Amino acid sequence: MNLIEIRNVYKQYKNGVTALCDVNVAIPKGDFVFVIGSTASGKSTLIKLLYRQEKPSRGEVYVGGINVAKLRNRKVYKLRRKIGIVFQDYKLLPQMTVYENVAFALEIYGLPEKEVRKKVMNAIEKVGLKEKFRSYPDQLSGGEQQRVSIARAIVNNPKILICDEPTGNLDPDTSMGIMEIINKINEDGTTIIMATHDKDIVNTYKKRVITLDKGILIGDKEKGGYMK
Amino acid sequence: MKAFRILINNIADGFKSVFRNFSLSLASISCITITLILVGISIILSENVNKFTDDIEKDVTIVVYIDKDATEEDKEAIKININLLPNIESIEFLSKEDIRKDMSTESDELGTILSGYDEATNPLLDEYLVKVKDTEKIGETATAIKEIEKINTVKYGEGMVEELVKIFNIIKKITIVIVVGLVIVTAFLISNTIKITINNRKRQIEIMRLVGASNSYIKLPFFFEGIILGFLGSIIPIFLTCYGYIFLYQKMEGVLFTEVITLVNPDKILFTLSLILLSIGVVVGALGSYRAVRRYLKI
Repeated sequence: MNLIEIRNVYKQYKNGVTALCDVNVAIPKGDFVFVIGSTASGKSTLIKLLYRQEKPSRGEVYVGGINVAKLRNRKVYKLRRKIGIVFQDYKLLPQMTVYENVAFALEIYGLPEKEVRKKVMNAIEKVGLKEKFRSYPDQLSGGEQQRVSIARAIVNNPKILICDEPTGNLDPDTSMGIMEIINKINEDGTTIIMATHDKDIVNTYKKRVITLDKGILIGDKEKGGYMK
Repeated sequence: MKAFRILINNIADGFKSVFRNFSLSLASISCITITLILVGISIILSENVNKFTDDIEKDVTIVVYIDKDATEEDKEAIKININLLPNIESIEFLSKEDIRKDMSTESDELGTILSGYDEATNPLLDEYLVKVKDTEKIGETATAIKEIEKINTVKYGEGMVEELVKIFNIIKKITIVIVVGLVIVTAFLISNTIKITINNRKRQIEIMRLVGASNSYIKLPFFFEGIILGFLGSIIPIFLTCYGYIFLYQKMEGVLFTEVITLVNPDKILFTLSLILLSIGVVVGALGSYRAVRRYLKI
C-alpha cells in the first residue's frame, strides 16, 4: 500500500484556471520526492491537495489511507495530525519563542508537560537550534526560522513531511543546510514530498523527481535531475 | 485527565489572549461595562416602578355602601354574593359605628358634628371594603357588585385608578424594551470587538488548523476569552449599581420624595441584579466570540 496515491486528479479553480490535468502519482513509504516545475505548473496545487488546502475537482487523493477529496472541513484535523508541513514563509507566530512555536503543534494532544518538553527539545535539537530555543522568530535568520518550522512539523513524528518550497526565501548555502536536515529526517524513515524550483538542490540530491508542466505530469524519474 | 489538561490549556490561552491583545480587550470590556451599567440602572428602575405599581394596586379598594334598611341576613348575603364574583382578593366589613368613631377622632369639627348623633341615629352607612386581584378589571367588578341587592352605592377611584394603572403598565413595558434593546446592542458590540481580536489572530488560527487542531479546539480559547471579557466587563457595573443604589437608598431614606413612593430594599434585589449582570456579560461574551470565530475556520 502506498502512503500517498493520487489517481486521475483534475483541479480547476473557480476562476476557470486548470491547475492539474489527469495526474497520477503513487508514493510508497519512506520515499523522497521532489515536485518541480516552473511557476503556474501546478506543483503548488498538487502539494496543497495533499494537506487539503485544496480539494480536487475530480479524482482521488489518498494520504495515509484518508481520502482527502471526501474529507469534510470539520474532519481536516485528522489528516493534518498525520503529516508535517513546512512552508516557504515559515508561518511562525512572532509573539512566541522558538520553544513555544514548536510546542504549539503538540498542545492539541493534551500531553503531560514533561513529555511535551522532551519531544519539543528533541525536535529543536534535530534541527540544531538547541541554543536558541528561548529566542523569538524576529531574532533569528531566515534559515533558522525555517529550521524552527521544520522542528514544529516533525515534533509529532509524522509519517509524511510536506515541504512547499522550503528554501524559496533562502540563499544557496543556507538552503543546503536546510536540505541536510530534511534529508536526515527522510533517512529516519519519514516520507518526504518537496516542491521546489531550486536546480542545485534537485541535482545534488539524486531523488525521485516528479515534473509538472501546465498542470500535466511530464516526468516521474527515480534519481532524476532537473530537466528543462 | 487529557481532556482536563486541554481544558486548562484553553482557559489559560483565553486569559493570555485577553492580556496579549490588551488594548482591544479593554475596548470590549469598556463596551460591556457601559452597556451593563445602563442595563443595571434600567433593571433597578423597572424594579422600583414594579414595586410602586404593586403598592398602588394593593391600596386600590372598592367601597360598598350598604342600604340603611339592610338586615344582618342581607349583609351576610351581600358578603357571600361579593365573594362569589371573580377577581375578589379580600373583603372587610366596617360598621357605621366604627366609621363614626374613626371620623370623630380625625378632626375636632367632625367630632362635634358627629357627637350630635348616637348609635341609633347614626347617619352613616355600613361598608364593605373590597380588594381586587386585578386592578385593570376593577371597573367590571364594581359594576357587578352594584347589581347585588340592598347596596346603596359602590365607589372606587373611578377613572383615576385606571389611568394610573395604564401609565404604569406603559412605563413597565418601556423599561423592558430598553433592557432587551441594550442586551442586544451589547451582544452585537462584543461580537464585533471579538471579531477584530480574531482578525488579528487569523495567522494563529491558520497555523492551528495546519498543525491539526480540530475546529472545536480552536474555538474553545476564543469562547473562554469571550467569557473572561464578559466577566471582567461586568465587575464595574455590578459594584457601581449595587453601591450606587445602596447609597441612593440610604440618602433618600428608602422613599422617593414622599412616603407614598417607597423604594425597593437593596437587600432584596442586589444579589439577583449582580447575578443577572454577570450572566448577561458572560453569556453575551461567549456567544459573541463563538459567532465571530466561525468564519475563520475555513482555512
